[in-house]
Amino acid sequence: MTTHQEGTTTLQLALAWGFVGIPLVLGVLQTLVNAMKLFQ
Amino acid sequence: MSLLSFLDRNHTIAKPGFSRWMVPPAALCVHLCIGQAYAFSVFNLPMTKLIGISQSTPQDWKLTELGWIFSIAIFFLGVSSAVFGRWVEEGGPRRAMFTAALCWAGGFFVSAIGVYAHSLWTIYLGYGVLGGIALGIGYISPVSTLIKWFPDRPGMATGMAIMGFGGGAFIASPLSVWLMSKFSTPTHVGVAETFIVLGAVYFVFMLVGAIMVRVPAPGWRPAGYTPAAQPKRLITRNDVFVYDALKTPQFWLIWWVLCLNVTAGIGVLGQASAMSQEMFPGHITPVAAAGFVGLMSLFNMGGRFFWASTSDYIGRKNTYFVFMVLGFILYCTVPYTGSVGSVVGFVCCFLVIISMYGGGFSTVPAYLKDMFGTRYVGAIHGLLLTAWSMAGIFGPVLVNYIREYNVTHGVPKAQAYNTTMYIMAGLLVIGFICNLLIKAVDARFHMKESDARGSDPALAPAGAQA
Repeated sequence: MTTHQEGTTTLQLALAWGFVGIPLVLGVLQTLVNAMKLFQ
Repeated sequence: MSLLSFLDRNHTIAKPGFSRWMVPPAALCVHLCIGQAYAFSVFNLPMTKLIGISQSTPQDWKLTELGWIFSIAIFFLGVSSAVFGRWVEEGGPRRAMFTAALCWAGGFFVSAIGVYAHSLWTIYLGYGVLGGIALGIGYISPVSTLIKWFPDRPGMATGMAIMGFGGGAFIASPLSVWLMSKFSTPTHVGVAETFIVLGAVYFVFMLVGAIMVRVPAPGWRPAGYTPAAQPKRLITRNDVFVYDALKTPQFWLIWWVLCLNVTAGIGVLGQASAMSQEMFPGHITPVAAAGFVGLMSLFNMGGRFFWASTSDYIGRKNTYFVFMVLGFILYCTVPYTGSVGSVVGFVCCFLVIISMYGGGFSTVPAYLKDMFGTRYVGAIHGLLLTAWSMAGIFGPVLVNYIREYNVTHGVPKAQAYNTTMYIMAGLLVIGFICNLLIKAVDARFHMKESDARGSDPALAPAGAQA
C-alpha cells in the first residue's frame, strides 16, 4: 500500500473523505435533480 | 485509557507523519450532522398531523408553534458558542465534538419523547435547547484546529468545514423524508422513530469525527511553509485573549459586517420561494420555485468554500468589500429584473447573493485569525456568532413586514419586495463602511509572554515555537 506520509496511509485518507464525501455528493445530486425543475 | 483522558487535548496531539488532510473530514463529520438544522422544516408539516394523521385536528400543533423549534435552536447556537467558546478552545476539539455529539443525539431522543407524549415543550427543550447547544459547540469545535493545521490556507480550511454546515441539509432532507415514509402507517406519522434513528446515526457519525480529529504538535508547520518575513499589515502574529477581543473596535466592526451581510442574505433565503412566485406570477410555478430554493442552497454551500478559499489570495477585507459592493449592485438590480420579467436575471442575482451569504460565514474565522491571532480564534468566533442570532431575527422581519406593509398599502405583489431590496442594499453600504474602518488591532491588546491566561503551550499556534 502506498503511504501519503509516514503515519497516514492513502487508504485512511480515502476512507475518511469517502465517509463524508459520498453522502454529501448523493445529497447534492438529489438536490440538483430537483433544481432542474426550475428550467423545465 | 479512560474516556475523559481519551477526550483530553493532550491525547489528540498528532504523531509525526499524521496527514493534516485527515482533519477536514473530521470537521465535516460534525458540520454535516449539525447542518441538519437547515432541513428541520421537513418535519413541520408531518408534526401538524400527529393526531389527525391525514389532516390536522384542533388538538394538533400549529405551524406557528412549530416554527419556534428552529428559532430556539438558532438562539441557543449563538448563546452556547459565546458561553462555551473558551471551554471549547482550552479543552480541545475532541472533547467539544464528543459533547456536541451527545447533545445533538440527546436533542433528537428528547424530541422523540416529546412527539410520543405530544408535548411541544419537551421538543422545545430537546431540539431547541439541547440541539441548539450542540449546534453552537459543534460549529466552533474544529475552527481553530483547522486554522492551526492550515496556516498557509486558513480560509480554505475553515471554508471546507463550514461548507459542511450548508451541505448537511442535502443529506438530512431526503434521509428524513425516506425514514418517515418507512415508519409511517395508516395510524402513525413516524416522526418519533425518525428522530430516534437520526439521533443514533448522527451520534455515530460525529463520534467518528471526534476520534479522527488531531491537533498539531507545538512547533509543527506544513512542509515547505515559511511564514512571510514581512508580516502583512492586517495579519497579526500576536494573540489577543478572548475577552480582551471584546474591548477592541475591530471585534465589533467585524460583528456588524457579519450581521449586516447575514441579515441581507437570510431574509431572502427564507422567502425565496414565495418571492420568486410573486415577482414572476405565471412564470415561476411552485415546483420551479422549489427547484430555485434547492439551487440557492447549493450556491449557499459552494459559496462557503469558494469565497473562503478566494480570501486566502485576495485578503479577508477585500473579500468582504466584494460582498458589499457586488451585493449592493445585485440587490439594486433585482427590482429591474422583475420589471422587465427576466427570470434568468433574477435567478442569477440571487444565486450570487446567496453564495456571498455563505461566504460571509466561512470567511469570518480567517478574518478573526488575521486580527486576533490563532490562540483564541475559536472562542472569539463563538462570541461573534451572536451576530448570526441577531441577523436571524432582523432579516426575516425586514422582508416579511415590509412586504406586508406594501401589500396592505396597495402595492402590487410583483413589486412588493422592491423596497426591501433597496433596504438590503442600504444595509450593505453600512457594512462596507464598517469593513473600511477595520484596522490592525492595537498592540496593547496583544497577549504578553508572561500572560498566565495563555500559558498552556497546547493552545499556542502551531509553528509559533518553531
